[in-house]
Amino acid sequence: MRRLLLLSLLAMPLLVPSGPTRAESGPIQVQQVWSRAAPQGRVGVLYMTVTDSGAPDQLVAVSTPVAEKAELHESVAEGGVMKMRPVAAAPVETGKPLVLKPGGYHVMLMGLRRTLKEGDEFPVTIRFAHAGPISVTAHVAKAGAAAAPAEMGRGNGTMSH
Amino acid sequence: MSDRPRRTLPRVLVGAAVLLVLVLVGAGAVWFTQGGAPTIGGPFKLVNGQGKTVTDRDFRGHYLLVYFGYTFCPDVCPTTLSQMADALDALGSKAAEVQPLFITVDPKRDTPQVVGQYVANFSPRLVGLTGTPEEIAKVAREYRVYYAIHKNAEQPADYTVDHSSILYLMSPSGAFIAPIRADQSGADMAKDIARHLS
Repeated sequence: MRRLLLLSLLAMPLLVPSGPTRAESGPIQVQQVWSRAAPQGRVGVLYMTVTDSGAPDQLVAVSTPVAEKAELHESVAEGGVMKMRPVAAAPVETGKPLVLKPGGYHVMLMGLRRTLKEGDEFPVTIRFAHAGPISVTAHVAKAGAAAAPAEMGRGNGTMSH
Repeated sequence: MSDRPRRTLPRVLVGAAVLLVLVLVGAGAVWFTQGGAPTIGGPFKLVNGQGKTVTDRDFRGHYLLVYFGYTFCPDVCPTTLSQMADALDALGSKAAEVQPLFITVDPKRDTPQVVGQYVANFSPRLVGLTGTPEEIAKVAREYRVYYAIHKNAEQPADYTVDHSSILYLMSPSGAFIAPIRADQSGADMAKDIARHLS
Protein backbone atom coordinates (compact mmCIF):
# COMPACT_ATOMS: atom_id res chain seq x y z
CA MET A 1 0.00 0.00 0.00
CA ARG A 2 2.82 2.36 0.91
CA ARG A 3 4.64 1.40 -2.26
CA LEU A 4 1.52 2.13 -4.33
CA LEU A 5 1.26 5.55 -2.72
CA LEU A 6 4.89 6.23 -3.45
CA LEU A 7 4.45 5.18 -7.08
CA SER A 8 1.43 7.43 -7.41
CA LEU A 9 3.41 10.35 -6.05
CA LEU A 10 6.25 9.64 -8.46
CA ALA A 11 3.83 9.47 -11.38
CA MET A 12 2.16 12.77 -10.47
CA PRO A 13 4.48 15.05 -12.41
CA LEU A 14 3.82 12.95 -15.53
CA LEU A 15 0.09 13.46 -15.24
CA VAL A 16 0.22 17.19 -14.75
CA PRO A 17 0.74 18.96 -18.08
CA SER A 18 4.24 20.38 -17.93
CA GLY A 19 5.72 23.03 -20.18
CA PRO A 20 4.04 26.22 -21.23
CA THR A 21 0.26 26.24 -21.07
CA ARG A 22 -0.04 29.33 -23.25
CA ALA A 23 -1.17 27.47 -26.34
CA GLU A 24 -0.85 30.45 -28.67
CA SER A 25 2.89 30.58 -28.29
CA GLY A 26 3.46 26.93 -27.47
CA PRO A 27 5.86 24.81 -29.46
CA ILE A 28 3.14 22.63 -30.95
CA GLN A 29 1.06 23.61 -33.97
CA VAL A 30 -1.70 21.63 -35.59
CA GLN A 31 -2.45 22.28 -39.25
CA GLN A 32 -4.31 20.80 -42.19
CA VAL A 33 -7.01 19.18 -40.08
CA TRP A 34 -9.37 17.46 -42.46
CA SER A 35 -12.01 14.78 -42.59
CA ARG A 36 -14.06 12.94 -45.20
CA ALA A 37 -17.75 12.97 -46.01
CA ALA A 38 -19.55 10.16 -44.14
CA PRO A 39 -23.14 9.44 -43.08
CA GLN A 40 -24.56 9.86 -39.59
CA GLY A 41 -24.26 6.77 -37.39
CA ARG A 42 -21.34 5.42 -39.35
CA VAL A 43 -17.57 5.87 -39.05
CA GLY A 44 -15.45 8.84 -40.07
CA VAL A 45 -11.83 9.87 -40.05
CA LEU A 46 -9.56 12.78 -39.14
CA TYR A 47 -6.17 13.62 -40.58
CA MET A 48 -3.80 16.42 -39.58
CA THR A 49 -0.22 17.62 -39.44
CA VAL A 50 1.37 18.33 -36.06
CA THR A 51 4.64 20.25 -35.82
CA ASP A 52 6.74 20.74 -32.73
CA SER A 53 9.45 23.35 -32.27
CA GLY A 54 10.09 22.41 -28.65
CA ALA A 55 10.69 19.28 -26.61
CA PRO A 56 9.42 15.92 -27.91
CA ASP A 57 5.77 15.26 -27.14
CA GLN A 58 3.07 12.78 -27.97
CA LEU A 59 -0.41 13.10 -29.40
CA VAL A 60 -2.50 11.03 -27.00
CA ALA A 61 -6.17 11.84 -27.54
CA VAL A 62 -8.63 13.57 -29.83
CA SER A 63 -12.22 14.54 -29.19
CA THR A 64 -14.97 16.12 -31.24
CA PRO A 65 -18.65 16.72 -30.61
CA VAL A 66 -19.55 15.17 -33.98
CA ALA A 67 -18.64 11.63 -32.88
CA GLU A 68 -19.37 9.44 -29.88
CA LYS A 69 -15.78 8.25 -29.88
CA ALA A 70 -12.51 9.31 -31.48
CA GLU A 71 -9.57 6.91 -31.38
CA LEU A 72 -6.02 7.20 -32.62
CA HIS A 73 -5.39 4.37 -35.08
CA GLU A 74 -2.73 3.24 -37.48
CA SER A 75 -3.20 1.38 -40.76
CA VAL A 76 -0.43 -1.07 -41.48
CA ALA A 77 0.13 -3.09 -44.66
CA GLU A 78 1.71 -6.49 -44.05
CA GLY A 79 2.24 -8.75 -47.04
CA GLY A 80 -0.70 -7.29 -48.97
CA VAL A 81 -2.99 -7.45 -45.93
CA MET A 82 -4.29 -4.19 -44.46
CA LYS A 83 -4.63 -4.02 -40.71
CA MET A 84 -5.98 -1.23 -38.54
CA ARG A 85 -4.85 -1.04 -34.94
CA PRO A 86 -5.52 1.40 -32.08
CA VAL A 87 -2.40 3.16 -30.83
CA ALA A 88 -2.02 4.80 -27.42
CA ALA A 89 0.14 7.69 -28.61
CA ALA A 90 1.87 9.07 -31.68
CA PRO A 91 5.26 10.81 -31.34
CA VAL A 92 5.79 14.47 -32.21
CA GLU A 93 9.39 15.55 -32.49
CA THR A 94 11.27 18.70 -33.33
CA GLY A 95 11.82 18.92 -37.06
CA LYS A 96 9.86 15.73 -37.63
CA PRO A 97 6.19 16.59 -38.10
CA LEU A 98 3.61 13.99 -37.19
CA VAL A 99 1.48 13.55 -40.29
CA LEU A 100 -1.82 11.75 -39.95
CA LYS A 101 -2.70 10.77 -43.52
CA PRO A 102 -4.52 8.07 -45.51
CA GLY A 103 -2.84 4.69 -45.08
CA GLY A 104 -1.03 5.57 -41.84
CA TYR A 105 -1.86 7.26 -38.56
CA HIS A 106 -5.42 8.56 -38.43
CA VAL A 107 -8.15 9.33 -35.95
CA MET A 108 -11.15 7.04 -36.34
CA LEU A 109 -14.46 8.69 -35.54
CA MET A 110 -17.04 6.17 -34.36
CA GLY A 111 -20.75 6.78 -34.12
CA LEU A 112 -21.03 10.01 -36.11
CA ARG A 113 -23.71 12.17 -34.48
CA ARG A 114 -24.36 13.92 -37.77
CA THR A 115 -23.68 13.44 -41.45
CA LEU A 116 -20.42 15.01 -42.55
CA LYS A 117 -20.80 16.65 -45.96
CA GLU A 118 -18.08 17.88 -48.25
CA GLY A 119 -17.37 21.52 -47.33
CA ASP A 120 -18.54 21.15 -43.72
CA GLU A 121 -16.42 22.25 -40.78
CA PHE A 122 -16.43 20.96 -37.22
CA PRO A 123 -14.44 21.53 -34.00
CA VAL A 124 -11.77 19.14 -32.79
CA THR A 125 -9.67 19.16 -29.60
CA ILE A 126 -6.29 17.49 -29.61
CA ARG A 127 -4.52 16.44 -26.41
CA PHE A 128 -0.84 15.83 -25.86
CA ALA A 129 1.21 14.09 -23.18
CA HIS A 130 2.87 17.37 -22.19
CA ALA A 131 1.50 20.37 -24.06
CA GLY A 132 -1.94 21.70 -23.26
CA PRO A 133 -4.95 20.84 -25.43
CA ILE A 134 -5.29 22.56 -28.80
CA SER A 135 -8.64 23.27 -30.43
CA VAL A 136 -8.85 23.35 -34.19
CA THR A 137 -11.40 23.29 -37.00
CA ALA A 138 -11.60 20.27 -39.30
CA HIS A 139 -12.60 20.70 -42.95
CA VAL A 140 -14.55 17.96 -44.68
CA ALA A 141 -13.39 16.67 -48.08
CA LYS A 142 -15.29 14.23 -50.28
CA ALA A 143 -15.69 10.58 -49.25
CA GLY A 144 -12.41 8.72 -49.63
CA ALA A 145 -10.45 11.87 -50.57
CA ALA A 146 -6.71 11.22 -50.71
CA ALA A 147 -5.73 14.71 -49.56
CA ALA A 148 -7.01 17.77 -47.69
CA PRO A 149 -9.64 19.90 -49.44
CA ALA A 150 -7.98 22.08 -52.07
CA GLU A 151 -9.53 25.31 -50.78
CA MET A 152 -7.83 24.72 -47.45
CA GLY A 153 -4.59 26.64 -47.56
CA ARG A 154 -1.61 25.91 -45.39
CA GLY A 155 -2.04 27.41 -41.96
CA ASN A 156 -5.79 27.36 -42.31
CA GLY A 157 -7.31 25.33 -39.53
CA THR A 158 -4.62 26.25 -37.05
CA MET A 159 -5.22 26.42 -33.39
CA SER A 160 -7.60 28.52 -31.45
CA HIS A 161 -8.03 28.04 -27.73
CA MET B 1 43.54 -38.18 -66.87
CA SER B 2 43.71 -34.46 -66.42
CA ASP B 3 40.88 -33.82 -68.93
CA ARG B 4 38.46 -36.13 -67.11
CA PRO B 5 36.96 -33.48 -64.82
CA ARG B 6 36.37 -31.33 -67.87
CA ARG B 7 34.29 -34.09 -69.48
CA THR B 8 32.17 -34.76 -66.42
CA LEU B 9 31.34 -31.12 -65.91
CA PRO B 10 29.30 -30.82 -69.12
CA ARG B 11 27.54 -34.07 -68.20
CA VAL B 12 26.52 -32.57 -64.90
CA LEU B 13 25.26 -29.49 -66.72
CA VAL B 14 23.33 -31.57 -69.23
CA GLY B 15 21.84 -33.54 -66.38
CA ALA B 16 20.80 -30.36 -64.60
CA ALA B 17 19.34 -28.95 -67.80
CA VAL B 18 17.30 -32.12 -68.41
CA LEU B 19 16.04 -32.01 -64.83
CA LEU B 20 15.11 -28.35 -65.20
CA VAL B 21 13.17 -29.05 -68.40
CA LEU B 22 11.33 -31.90 -66.69
CA VAL B 23 10.44 -29.69 -63.75
CA LEU B 24 9.23 -26.90 -66.03
CA VAL B 25 7.16 -29.30 -68.14
CA GLY B 26 5.68 -30.74 -64.98
CA ALA B 27 4.88 -27.32 -63.56
CA GLY B 28 3.44 -26.27 -66.91
CA ALA B 29 1.22 -29.35 -66.96
CA VAL B 30 -0.06 -28.61 -63.45
CA TRP B 31 -0.60 -24.95 -64.43
CA PHE B 32 -2.43 -25.97 -67.60
CA THR B 33 -4.63 -28.68 -66.10
CA GLN B 34 -5.60 -26.49 -63.17
CA GLY B 35 -6.32 -23.62 -65.49
CA GLY B 36 -3.36 -21.61 -64.17
CA ALA B 37 -4.13 -18.07 -63.11
CA PRO B 38 -7.88 -18.31 -63.91
CA THR B 39 -8.42 -20.28 -60.69
CA ILE B 40 -8.92 -16.87 -59.08
CA GLY B 41 -12.61 -16.01 -58.97
CA GLY B 42 -15.66 -18.19 -59.36
CA PRO B 43 -19.41 -18.35 -58.99
CA PHE B 44 -21.07 -16.37 -56.21
CA LYS B 45 -24.56 -15.61 -54.95
CA LEU B 46 -24.74 -12.43 -52.89
CA VAL B 47 -27.12 -9.57 -52.05
CA ASN B 48 -26.73 -6.01 -53.36
CA GLY B 49 -27.45 -2.71 -51.62
CA GLN B 50 -31.11 -2.86 -52.65
CA GLY B 51 -31.52 -6.26 -51.00
CA LYS B 52 -31.69 -8.06 -54.36
CA THR B 53 -29.91 -11.39 -54.84
CA VAL B 54 -27.28 -11.25 -57.57
CA THR B 55 -24.88 -13.83 -58.94
CA ASP B 56 -21.66 -13.65 -60.94
CA ARG B 57 -23.73 -14.49 -64.05
CA ASP B 58 -25.64 -11.21 -63.74
CA PHE B 59 -22.40 -9.39 -64.55
CA ARG B 60 -21.41 -11.38 -67.64
CA GLY B 61 -20.53 -9.13 -70.54
CA HIS B 62 -18.78 -6.63 -68.29
CA TYR B 63 -15.25 -6.53 -67.01
CA LEU B 64 -15.38 -6.70 -63.22
CA LEU B 65 -13.17 -4.68 -60.92
CA VAL B 66 -13.55 -6.45 -57.57
CA TYR B 67 -12.48 -5.11 -54.19
CA PHE B 68 -12.99 -6.77 -50.82
CA GLY B 69 -13.24 -4.51 -47.75
CA TYR B 70 -15.65 -3.45 -45.00
CA THR B 71 -17.56 -0.33 -44.06
CA PHE B 72 -16.26 -0.02 -40.46
CA CYS B 73 -12.98 1.02 -42.06
CA PRO B 74 -12.54 4.79 -42.18
CA ASP B 75 -9.07 5.00 -43.69
CA VAL B 76 -7.92 2.47 -46.28
CA CYS B 77 -11.21 1.18 -47.73
CA PRO B 78 -12.65 4.65 -48.54
CA THR B 79 -9.31 5.63 -50.09
CA THR B 80 -9.35 2.59 -52.38
CA LEU B 81 -13.02 2.98 -53.31
CA SER B 82 -12.48 6.65 -54.12
CA GLN B 83 -9.50 5.71 -56.29
CA MET B 84 -11.65 3.12 -58.06
CA ALA B 85 -14.20 5.86 -58.76
CA ASP B 86 -11.42 8.15 -60.03
CA ALA B 87 -10.11 5.32 -62.23
CA LEU B 88 -13.56 4.92 -63.80
CA ASP B 89 -13.66 8.66 -64.50
CA ALA B 90 -10.19 8.48 -66.05
CA LEU B 91 -11.21 5.54 -68.26
CA GLY B 92 -13.73 7.79 -69.99
CA SER B 93 -15.90 5.98 -72.54
CA LYS B 94 -14.25 2.65 -71.71
CA ALA B 95 -15.60 2.85 -68.16
CA ALA B 96 -18.99 1.61 -69.35
CA GLU B 97 -17.43 -1.82 -69.97
CA VAL B 98 -16.20 -2.05 -66.38
CA GLN B 99 -18.42 -2.88 -63.42
CA PRO B 100 -16.82 -2.02 -60.06
CA LEU B 101 -17.79 -4.31 -57.16
CA PHE B 102 -17.28 -3.89 -53.44
CA ILE B 103 -17.68 -7.17 -51.54
CA THR B 104 -17.73 -6.91 -47.76
CA VAL B 105 -15.63 -9.17 -45.56
CA ASP B 106 -17.74 -8.10 -42.56
CA PRO B 107 -21.20 -9.58 -43.28
CA LYS B 108 -22.22 -9.31 -39.61
CA ARG B 109 -22.15 -5.50 -39.60
CA ASP B 110 -22.54 -4.85 -43.32
CA THR B 111 -26.20 -5.47 -44.06
CA PRO B 112 -27.46 -4.81 -47.62
CA GLN B 113 -28.69 -1.37 -46.51
CA VAL B 114 -25.36 -0.45 -44.91
CA VAL B 115 -23.39 -1.60 -47.94
CA GLY B 116 -25.74 0.20 -50.33
CA GLN B 117 -25.51 3.47 -48.44
CA TYR B 118 -21.74 3.10 -48.17
CA VAL B 119 -20.95 2.55 -51.86
CA ALA B 120 -23.24 5.42 -52.88
CA ASN B 121 -20.74 7.78 -51.21
CA PHE B 122 -18.14 6.96 -53.82
CA SER B 123 -19.77 6.35 -57.18
CA PRO B 124 -23.28 5.70 -58.45
CA ARG B 125 -21.75 2.92 -60.55
CA LEU B 126 -20.22 1.07 -57.61
CA VAL B 127 -22.19 -2.02 -56.56
CA GLY B 128 -21.87 -3.19 -52.96
CA LEU B 129 -22.41 -6.86 -52.13
CA THR B 130 -22.92 -8.75 -48.89
CA GLY B 131 -24.23 -12.17 -47.91
CA THR B 132 -24.29 -14.73 -45.16
CA PRO B 133 -20.97 -15.40 -43.42
CA GLU B 134 -20.81 -18.67 -45.40
CA GLU B 135 -21.45 -16.97 -48.75
CA ILE B 136 -18.79 -14.35 -48.01
CA ALA B 137 -16.33 -17.04 -46.92
CA LYS B 138 -16.94 -18.88 -50.19
CA VAL B 139 -16.41 -15.90 -52.49
CA ALA B 140 -13.34 -14.79 -50.50
CA ARG B 141 -11.89 -18.28 -50.82
CA GLU B 142 -12.51 -18.26 -54.58
CA TYR B 143 -10.73 -14.93 -54.93
CA ARG B 144 -8.02 -16.05 -52.51
CA VAL B 145 -8.78 -13.14 -50.25
CA TYR B 146 -7.51 -13.37 -46.70
CA TYR B 147 -9.64 -11.81 -43.99
CA ALA B 148 -9.70 -12.19 -40.23
CA ILE B 149 -11.57 -10.45 -37.45
CA HIS B 150 -9.30 -8.62 -35.06
CA LYS B 151 -11.07 -8.32 -31.72
CA ASN B 152 -10.97 -5.24 -29.58
CA ALA B 153 -10.74 -6.54 -26.01
CA GLU B 154 -12.30 -3.47 -24.40
CA GLN B 155 -14.99 -2.80 -26.99
CA PRO B 156 -16.14 -6.07 -28.60
CA ALA B 157 -18.45 -4.19 -30.99
CA ASP B 158 -15.54 -2.20 -32.38
CA TYR B 159 -13.68 -5.15 -33.92
CA THR B 160 -11.73 -4.50 -37.10
CA VAL B 161 -11.13 -6.85 -40.02
CA ASP B 162 -7.68 -7.50 -41.46
CA HIS B 163 -8.02 -8.15 -45.18
CA SER B 164 -6.13 -8.50 -48.45
CA SER B 165 -6.06 -5.14 -50.17
CA ILE B 166 -5.95 -5.82 -53.88
CA LEU B 167 -8.26 -5.36 -56.84
CA TYR B 168 -9.15 -8.13 -59.27
CA LEU B 169 -9.85 -7.46 -62.91
CA MET B 170 -12.12 -10.15 -64.33
CA SER B 171 -13.04 -10.68 -67.99
CA PRO B 172 -16.56 -10.32 -69.43
CA SER B 173 -16.77 -14.15 -69.31
CA GLY B 174 -15.81 -14.22 -65.63
CA ALA B 175 -12.18 -15.28 -65.99
CA PHE B 176 -9.40 -13.71 -63.97
CA ILE B 177 -7.30 -11.25 -66.01
CA ALA B 178 -4.94 -9.50 -63.62
CA PRO B 179 -4.50 -8.16 -60.13
CA ILE B 180 -4.61 -4.36 -59.92
CA ARG B 181 -2.73 -2.61 -57.14
CA ALA B 182 -5.02 -0.91 -54.64
CA ASP B 183 -2.40 1.52 -53.35
CA GLN B 184 -2.14 3.71 -56.41
CA SER B 185 -3.88 6.81 -57.70
CA GLY B 186 -7.04 6.54 -59.75
CA ALA B 187 -5.13 7.72 -62.84
CA ASP B 188 -2.50 4.98 -62.48
CA MET B 189 -5.20 2.43 -61.74
CA ALA B 190 -6.99 3.46 -64.96
CA LYS B 191 -3.78 2.95 -66.98
CA ASP B 192 -3.34 -0.50 -65.43
CA ILE B 193 -6.91 -1.45 -66.27
CA ALA B 194 -6.90 0.05 -69.78
CA ARG B 195 -3.97 -2.18 -70.80
CA HIS B 196 -6.22 -5.21 -70.35
CA LEU B 197 -9.38 -3.92 -72.01
CA SER B 198 -9.91 -5.01 -75.61
